[in-house]
Amino acid sequence: MQIIKNNQLIKNHWTFLEDESPVVDGNICVSLARWKSEKIQLLKHPGNLGVRILTTDDVANLGDDVGLFALVELNVLDFTDGRSFSQAYLLRNRYGFQGEIRAVGKYLADQAFYFSRVGVNGFAPENLQQTQMTLNDFTGFYQ
Amino acid sequence: MYQYNHKDQILIEERVAQFRRQTEQFLNGEISEDGYRNLRLRNGVYIQTHSPMLRVAIPYGVLNSKQLHKLAHIARTYDKNYCHVTTRQNVQFNWPKLEQIPGILAELAEVQMHAIQTSGNCMRNTTSDHLAGVSIDEIEDPRPYCELIRQWTTLHPEFDWLPRKFKIAVSGSRDDRAATQFHDIGLHLVENDAGEIGFKVLVGGGLGRTPVIGQVIKPFLDKKHILSYLEATLRIYNLFGRRDNKYKARIKILVKEEGLEKFNDMVEKEWLLIRDGLEVSDARFDEIKSHFKPFDYDKKAAENTSFSMYYNENKIFAKWIEHNTVKHKIAGYRAVFLSLKHPETPPGDLTAEQLDTIADLAVRYSFGEVRSTHRQNLVFADVKQADLFQLWQLLNVAQLATPNIGTATDMICCPGLDFCSLANAGSIGVAKEINEILDDIDYLHDIGDVKINMSGCVNGCAHQSVGHIGILGVDKKGVEWYQITLGGSSENEAAIGERLGAAVPKNEIAPAIGIILDVYIQQRFHEETFLETVNRVGIEPFKAKVYANY
Ligand code: HEM
Ligand code: SF4
Repeated sequence: MQIIKNNQLIKNHWTFLEDESPVVDGNICVSLARWKSEKIQLLKHPGNLGVRILTTDDVANLGDDVGLFALVELNVLDFTDGRSFSQAYLLRNRYGFQGEIRAVGKYLADQAFYFSRVGVNGFAPENLQQTQMTLNDFTGFYQ
Repeated sequence: MYQYNHKDQILIEERVAQFRRQTEQFLNGEISEDGYRNLRLRNGVYIQTHSPMLRVAIPYGVLNSKQLHKLAHIARTYDKNYCHVTTRQNVQFNWPKLEQIPGILAELAEVQMHAIQTSGNCMRNTTSDHLAGVSIDEIEDPRPYCELIRQWTTLHPEFDWLPRKFKIAVSGSRDDRAATQFHDIGLHLVENDAGEIGFKVLVGGGLGRTPVIGQVIKPFLDKKHILSYLEATLRIYNLFGRRDNKYKARIKILVKEEGLEKFNDMVEKEWLLIRDGLEVSDARFDEIKSHFKPFDYDKKAAENTSFSMYYNENKIFAKWIEHNTVKHKIAGYRAVFLSLKHPETPPGDLTAEQLDTIADLAVRYSFGEVRSTHRQNLVFADVKQADLFQLWQLLNVAQLATPNIGTATDMICCPGLDFCSLANAGSIGVAKEINEILDDIDYLHDIGDVKINMSGCVNGCAHQSVGHIGILGVDKKGVEWYQITLGGSSENEAAIGERLGAAVPKNEIAPAIGIILDVYIQQRFHEETFLETVNRVGIEPFKAKVYANY
């Protein structure tokens, strides 16, 4: 599978684990709930760690753990739910997260530009080509 | 007025290109129905009963004559020769074809106009006082602040997918002419004891289904903190506003459910974290203010008093002066209202010919600029008194001089059943009937200041809940009925109207309004206005007469 990262199409190097699935090799990403309950075991994993959050999660809950992740996935279940945009802002600007913030799930290709402006630099969208194209829709902005 | 720089211009052109692409993709089936719906709304495109509708932004209600000519051209080329001024100072076209809209937007961009964020659950056009910069009760001109906010809200990456729409209004005078108490955020320019200018901030006001009067959340906000404060408020709303029920999604519900104190704590905490990084510099304010310098007024304008001769001789002109013009802060000038409430036309409608005429008159008489008002009229803000008589004659020919500003026939009225798919009842037809019973101009002027607002359904586009007389269309088994409220106001003494009683059928609504006005004439004490009388005597005397035969 391919994703967009820093404006480039690249191969995806991450595996998202469903809550019941066994841990696999390589970089793994888990739900916030799983992270909370299995943190100790997961920290022993040799690959990189990521966490997938929902729009209903409070990113403040990640607390100091933010530094333990190389990836935070914002899972968009409904594209009209704009909380992900504030979550991205907070991760980057308030909690100092420097890894990849990736938008996953059911968002519109046309939202990618907005995501990119609040600190999202990875995209695993439904439509890769359309999404990549929209990232360059605007050359300037006010904020 | 504000003139776009290169960056502003590129941005709206790129927006047009983006929407053109989105529309093509949609027509080719490459964007889902629901996805496109949300994207087109953010470009002012609704789909209505008969056709798409395009809402064009008029930032804080300021237009120039070039833009008016362009609106005329669009009305002629893509619409049925007219457009409609809305209650948030915008303009709507009722008949464009979807495929043509990207082209219309490209034409608008040629004159620095756009339709960005005029609908959808995002930050909308910022509205203001139609007498900004010229009124005698002004603390400071609100337009530069509006422009700052316009830029900040435009394509804001974090706040384009809010729980619900978000409206900001700014007032810079003692009398609130921008209904700031009924906006998600209302900003009042105020001066503190140290003589510094800042904002009194109100939050959580709104009309629609659940009208709520905004509450003061910050009595004084230093103006340099305006953007950080807005950002903090929007972030709290975006994260915590309800998304489970669209009727409970406006910020007013969040404020109500959390309580003002707790909501204030949340905003304050967020604000303190971002405040220092987002200060607006004096240089930035000065740059924007340089676009709103006072015009080169004629210093001798007050010396020419010829208009008082016409005033004494011509009774109709005198009425027009009294009702359709107001004082200007420069001696010898007046601000002139162009009434879009001619008895023969739907309230707020303007034909292409009228638009062209207004554009030309603006150049001749008012420095080439025009304002739109939230009561769906227009204003020439800077007219020399010596020009008033001639201007009046020309406006008369164009059917723009009905001397009824502020009177019972200066109604706010939504499109209702004629155009709107959500309507329960017609409103334009009722407006016409009310005009017919008030066709005696002396009687109309005797009644004086009364604001009648009429909406075709509970969404309340025409602000019926804050009308001195509010009329609301309700549906009873497919038949049009009307609910009446009395005593609402969106001015300084903001209030939500009280229900008079059971809804009345269509053939009785205009007569009922007639009865209400008669009761006022009987009950009023000296110079009391309609609203003052209602506030003093209550609704009972009105109720007794309106429902006498029930
Ligand atoms: C013809 C098509 C129209 C449709 C389908 C429509 C739809 C709506 C809806 C659904 C609402 C309720 C929003 C809410 O409760 O949050 C609303 C509110 C409103 N509309 Fe319209 N509208 C239309 C035309 C207009 C026009 C012509 C005007 C101006 C004259 C207007 C101005 C407003 C205003 C000011 C509000 C109230 C905002 C508030 O709650 O503070 N609308 N409209
Ligand atoms: S008040 Fe109702 S009927 Fe009137 S325009 Fe708004 S949604 Fe339509």
